Formats: sequence, C-alpha cells, structure tokens
Amino acid sequence: MAFLSLEQLDKSFGAQTVLRGLSLEVAKGEILALLGPSGSGKTTALRLIAGFEAPDRGRIRVESADVTALPPERRHFGMVFQHYALFPHLTVGENVAFGLAGVAGKVDSARRVAEALNLVELPGFAGRRVGEISGGQQQRVALARALAPEPRVLLLDEPLSNLDPTLRERTRRELKRAIQRVGITTVLVTHEQEEAFHLGDRVAVLHGGVLHQVGSPEDLYERPATRFVATFVGRASVLPCVLEGDGAVWVPHPALSGPTGAAAGPVRWSAAPAPELAGAGPGEEVDLVVRPESLTFVGAGDPRALAGRVTERRYAGPVTYYQVALAAGGEVEVLAPPGAATTGDAVRVAPDAQGPAPRLFRQMREQARDQVRDN
Amino acid sequence: MKRATLLPALLIAALLAWLVGYPLLMTLIEALGGPGRWTLGWFGEFFSRRDEWMALWRSLWISAASVILAAVVGVPLAFLFERTEFPGRRVLGAIVALPVALPPLVGVIAFLFLYGESGFASRAVQAALGLSQPPWRLVGPGAILLVHAYSMYVYFYLFTRAGLARLDAALLEAAASLGASRWRTLFRVTLPLLRPALAGAALLTFMTALASFSAPYLFGGGFRVMTTQIVASRLNGELGLAQAETVMLALLALLGLQAMRRADRVAAVGTGVRGIAPARKRLRTPLARGLAGFFGWLLAIFLLLPHAVLALVSLVPPFTWTSQFFPPVLNFGNWTSLVSQSERLRPVVNSLWMAAVATVAALGLGFAAARFAAARRDRMGGLLEGLIAVPWAVPGTVFAVALATTFSAHQPWLGRFVLIGTPWILPLAYLVRNLPLTGRAALAGLRQLDPSLEEAAASLGAGRWRRLGRVTLPLLRPALAAGAGLAFITALGDFVVSIVLYTFDTRPISIEILSSLRLQDLGMAAAYGVLLMTASAAAFLLWGQGEAG
Repeated sequence: MAFLSLEQLDKSFGAQTVLRGLSLEVAKGEILALLGPSGSGKTTALRLIAGFEAPDRGRIRVESADVTALPPERRHFGMVFQHYALFPHLTVGENVAFGLAGVAGKVDSARRVAEALNLVELPGFAGRRVGEISGGQQQRVALARALAPEPRVLLLDEPLSNLDPTLRERTRRELKRAIQRVGITTVLVTHEQEEAFHLGDRVAVLHGGVLHQVGSPEDLYERPATRFVATFVGRASVLPCVLEGDGAVWVPHPALSGPTGAAAGPVRWSAAPAPELAGAGPGEEVDLVVRPESLTFVGAGDPRALAGRVTERRYAGPVTYYQVALAAGGEVEVLAPPGAATTGDAVRVAPDAQGPAPRLFRQMREQARDQVRDN
Repeated sequence: MKRATLLPALLIAALLAWLVGYPLLMTLIEALGGPGRWTLGWFGEFFSRRDEWMALWRSLWISAASVILAAVVGVPLAFLFERTEFPGRRVLGAIVALPVALPPLVGVIAFLFLYGESGFASRAVQAALGLSQPPWRLVGPGAILLVHAYSMYVYFYLFTRAGLARLDAALLEAAASLGASRWRTLFRVTLPLLRPALAGAALLTFMTALASFSAPYLFGGGFRVMTTQIVASRLNGELGLAQAETVMLALLALLGLQAMRRADRVAAVGTGVRGIAPARKRLRTPLARGLAGFFGWLLAIFLLLPHAVLALVSLVPPFTWTSQFFPPVLNFGNWTSLVSQSERLRPVVNSLWMAAVATVAALGLGFAAARFAAARRDRMGGLLEGLIAVPWAVPGTVFAVALATTFSAHQPWLGRFVLIGTPWILPLAYLVRNLPLTGRAALAGLRQLDPSLEEAAASLGAGRWRRLGRVTLPLLRPALAAGAGLAFITALGDFVVSIVLYTFDTRPISIEILSSLRLQDLGMAAAYGVLLMTASAAAFLLWGQGEAG
C-alpha cells in the first residue's frame, strides 16, 4: 500500500510543459530516487511534493489523504535543499530547532536538537555559526534540521552535488545510514546514476517531463523499458539492425554494410525486444542497444563475429574499454581485459552471454536521435 | 511561492500611485487650467518669456557641465586609489568619498564661510595681496559649478573604483600579451569595460545637478535655473506658471530616468565572469610616493576644510566677527542656547519627529512594495518597482509643487485633502521622497536573498508571519537599516521640499539655517549645520557597515 502517491501530475511554466502525467507511488520507509538529466522535470516534481509549486492537474496523497492544496508549512515534510539553505543568521542549533517551534517545548526541543545532531554525527555543534563549518558538515546540519521535527516524508534535492568529488562517496554512505536508521519515507532527486543506484531502493527515470521507467537498479540496467533509459543509465552502444522474429536480428543493418564478406556481416544475433516493439514483425528496422560487457572479442570462425578495428583504448583499472569501428559501419564499445588489444588492432566482436542481453527499440529518426544526444 | 498576492499587491500599488503618480498628474492638469477651463496659456507664457526658457537651458548646461567637471575630478582619483599603493591610501580613500555625506545646504553654507566674500579663503587672499576689495565674489554659474564639482565627483569616484575592482586582471594581461601598450589597453580594454559604471555615474550626476536647489538658490543671484525659477514664480504668486515650469522640469527628469534605465540595461551585458582585480601598483621611487602622499593630503585638507570651517564658525557668538581675518571670540554660546532655548531647539525637534515618522512609514511601504515587486515577475511587479523609483528621478522641487497643488483642495472623493499649512504635509513629502531609498534597498536585499531560505522555513512548518519575522526580516536587517539611515538623514537635512511646504510651527532645521543666515547669525547657522553633518556621517557609517555585512 502506497504511503505517498502522485497521481497524473501536470505542470507547465508559461508555454513550457515541465511535467506530463507523472504518477508514482512510494511505500512507507522506501527510498525513491528521481533520476534524469537537467530539464527532465525531476526538481519540479520534488517541489510539487514539497508544496512550493502547485500542479496544474493531478493529486498528491499521503496515506490516501489529499495534500495537493496544503501549503508547505502544513505538509509536515522535511526538505534538504541543493545549497542547504541554512539560515545564516542562526547557529547550527537554532537552525535545527527552527522546525521544533510549536511542536516541542523548550527542554524537549533542546533534547531533540541534540538527538538530531547525534544522528548526523555532529554532536556538540549546536553553538557553531553556520559560516564556520565545512560544506560536508553544512550538508549534515541541513539533514538534521529536516529530520528534527520528525516529518512524514524526507525530500532531498541533489543532496551531494555541492560537495567535493572526494567527499561525495563518504557523505553518501553517511546519508544512507542516517536515513535508514530513521526509517523515513524518502524522495531524492539526482542527475547522477551512481548516486541514484546507491541511495534508491527504487529509481524513477524522468526525461522531458515524462516518467520512462521506475524499478530497482537491476531492472533499469538489465531490462530498460525505453531507449532513453537504456542509453542514459549505464554505458551502451547503438546499432541499427533488421528484426528477424523470435528475438533474432541481423546486425548491422544492410544499409550500413560496406565491404561484404563473412566477417563484415550482416550476422545473426539474438536480442530481447522492448515492450514498445510488441506487434513488430520480421523485416522491421530496429535499433539494438548493447552494453560493453555484453560484447567480447572472439577468434576467427565464430559465425556471429563482426570485423572491426580498435580506434581508442580507455584503461580504467580492473577493466578496459575499447572503441571499435566496425568494418560494416557503426561503432561499438567493448569491455575486455586490459591486454586484449591495442589501438589500431584488427578485431572481431561478438555477443557475450555473461552480460545483459542486448535490447531492441524502435528506430529513431535522425532528428530525434540528435535531441537525445543533446540531453 | 506566490499564493493570492494579487489583492494586497493591488492595494499597495494604488497607495503608491496616489502618493507618487497622482500629485504629478494633478500638477499637469492644473497647469493646463483644469476641468472646464482647459488652456495652453501657461505653457504659452512659458515659451514666450525669454527668462523662462533661459532657465531651462541653464538647468541643462549646468547639469552637463557638472557631469564633465565631476568626471574630470573623480575618474583620475579612482584610478589613483584603486590602481596604486602609497602611504595613507586607505584613510585618504575614505576621506575622498566624504563630500557625498554632506547635506547639500550644509555644504553650501560651508562654502559660503570658506570662499564667500567674507569667507576665510577670500579674507586670506585679500590680506595677503593687500587688496581693498574681496578678490572674488561667490556668485553665478561658476559658484554653482564649484559646489557641484565638490559634492558630485564622488559619484564618479565611487562608481569607477567599483568598476575597476570588478575588472578581471586576466583581461588586462591578455591585452598585454597581445602586444598592446599601456595606453592602448586603457583606451581599448579598460575604459570600454568601465562604460556601464561611467554611464551610471554620469546620469546620477546629471539628475542630481538637475534637481540641485541649495547651490543655485544661495549662489545663483540673478542666474536662475529651473528649480529656483519655480520657487520664485510661486513666491510671485504666479501659481499657474509655476505649475507649467514644474511640468517642464519633470519631463526633463523623466527623460533622464529613461536614459538611466537604458544605461542599466547596457550595464547588465558583461562577461559574467567575476575575475580577480589587478594588483595595485606600488609606487617605486621615494619621490613618487612622497608626491602622491603630499598631494593626497593636500586634497584631503581641501576636502575637509568645509567641515572644519563649519565647526569653527559654530563657535562664533552672534555679531562678534566683522572685519577680522580670524573670529575674535569663540565659545560654546550657540550650542548652549541651541540646547536650552526652546525656540532654538524647536526646529531640531520638528526635523527629528518629521524625519522619524516619514522614515518609519517609508520603510513599511517601501518594504511591502519591494516584497511584491520581487515576488511577482509580471507587469504588476514592474509597476511597483517603477512607482518606488519615480521620486528618485523627479527633482524635489517638482514633488514639493505637486504635493502643494494636490493637497490644497478638499475633494475627498478625488483623494485630495487640505494638508498644506498642517503639520502633516512635510512628513508626507519626506515619505514620498524617501520611498526610493527604503524601497530600493529592500528590493536589492530581497533579490540577493536565496528563495530557498524561505522555502526551507516553510517546509519546517513556519507560516507566513513567522517566515517574515524569523528569516526574511533578520536577513534583510542590514539592507533595511542602511536604507532607513539614508532616508532619515535625507529627511532631517531636507531643504528643497521644506522651503515650498513648511509652516512656521513646523519649520525644519534647514529653514532655520536660512533664517539665521538672513539675520547674519552665522554661528547659529553653522551650529545647525554641524548637527546635520554629524547625523549624516553617522548614517553613512551605518550604511557602510550595511553594505559590508
């Protein structure tokens, strides 16, 4: 049973539509991450939940009570802002106590401030000035302030984007620990996949104001519902191809084929069609999206092999990424051991059963493809 | 977070329109004869009389000349203090900005005591050269321009310094690495980048000079500019003509405001990159350092002389200083009588309560208008912002005549009440004149405020009034205090509006200074002047802290 639910939310600013029919459900105690590029509408969604903006259409419910028309100060939601929004004229303790006025008495309030600061591992910081503490500490004070009044829902707007990259991972772990200790229903907004995967029990991917998919990180990565999710979440290469039926395709698309020959293709691969391809028949032109770890280098003689040449090698510690220009046209990225090839080598590429199966999506027209790339 | 703010915003806009726009409109209507008696007669009169359009022309050229003089003094000073390092630079740099803190009338009488026919400087020169006559007379356009240059170069000085401090050193280094000489860099890079600052200073100087009243009134003699011409026409009982003159001056000022807004828009175009200001050049040779220090202190003495002379003359008992070079008797008689005699204290009390009432009201109204203007990015917001800016651009004389016109009739259904001759007209006039100071300060503060601070307070359960009292107002306190301080001293030292609207019972300090001068009681005039000067200095100190904080 959903604790927080968004039902068919629409929002535009002037002529610009920012959210279209957004529906989401968050269970009690669950952490939901809203993931998307800038301009996807994720921050607007969070501001609608907080009550800073009113939706043009749709409802927001908490435990089936409609809060859509409730002003933010009466929603009893806690929020951590991107730039923290700590009150600069108040001390750390006064900031944390701000939301306790009218909720708790003086003694009780002091106790709860201390508890909240303990929770974020900043005991004894109550007397400090906000300007005196570091960025990471400010982030934790903002969290303590949001949690102190024991809100029904916690909202986090890009909570880590203001921190040094070196600090970010540690703070992320601390953040997750603190949220889990309190067990609060949480919605967080981020544009970083790693952050969403680490913090979110489930992740909702937004693009162009539309919800593309919501599910566990594994769902999103292994079974992306849309072409956008497939390319935005994780690394992937796209190859145009022709549908055969029974999940088999000819790759690459014959139109790309340059020199013919056994190794140049087209060859027959197997792939999983996305739901949007339901009803597509053999002969249809589709796009194949494949993860680097789902491809491997093979020797001559493999009937599924496509010939190509390594154009770029990117060493990343335990693994190495190889950019391969296929002889038949098109480019793919292959994950392989560091010693597998060097730049300029002639190689053969074939699917690797170890990785997630390649997915098939409806082919995009050139223009639409450019748009996705811009985002 | 905008929820149902239209109605209160409309109410504030209506109140502002009644205070700011309506009197100007009334003046235009009455200058055209009024309903049923429409006529262009007064404007015909205005254009057919030579001394009328001569006054208009003089206002224009005096203002233009003031801009040039102020720039010639202020810009080089700004370069000197921002780009070089020499002993005493910090202290001198602050002293150089001092003249802006002097209320106009006080500056004018200080100049009178210094450079007037019987001033210290003229007496010194006369004695040194053994002349039988004073060496010069402080009268006419030259005298007006001298006072203008003294008080208005500060705009160029401050704006240029701020512009130079914002300049990215990398741009100058880029010019040098491309082979540009120091002069080429100055003319092709530095000055073009300073253009918005210079344009801003030029327009501010122009508007201030156009509205200037004290200097032309006391030093003009037969040389009348628009502001003094309007007051003279009213004194002659030619009310219709005075209204036509007022309309002409208001039109001129509104053209200036239009130009200023355009300059603002130019200023908004920039690289957007806030670089690191170029390091100050240390003057190398001891000779250069010595010269800079010497001329710096000479300048400081020149700038501080008016203040010192004012303090000195305030110690001169009435009718004791006649032909001597230095006053023969000095004591605190003026000060004790100022404190002990109720008739002497009266103008001080008047000015204090009227300025206080006007400031509190202007603070409340200005803040309310600014809040709605900042929250609403629509036409209503623009209207509110425009309304609080208008009294800043329109000369004080214009507003004084407009208020006198509007509030001398009893037509409650038209929003007109007889306030002229009552104690309420001056506080009302000060309030209107103060609106831009408090309103713009509040608006600037609100625009710098991170909107998520209020949202954070809301998400923590704070309602509208708690957000205002616990978050917005405490954070805006420095800006509001600065605006209120400036508003208070402006009202306290006001002369231009008071001379048109005062009554004997509510005469403010400035009017008392004028009558003391007329009675040849220089010491008393100076004592009042010192009072205003001190209050202004205190307010500017507060302002400086508000800017820094």
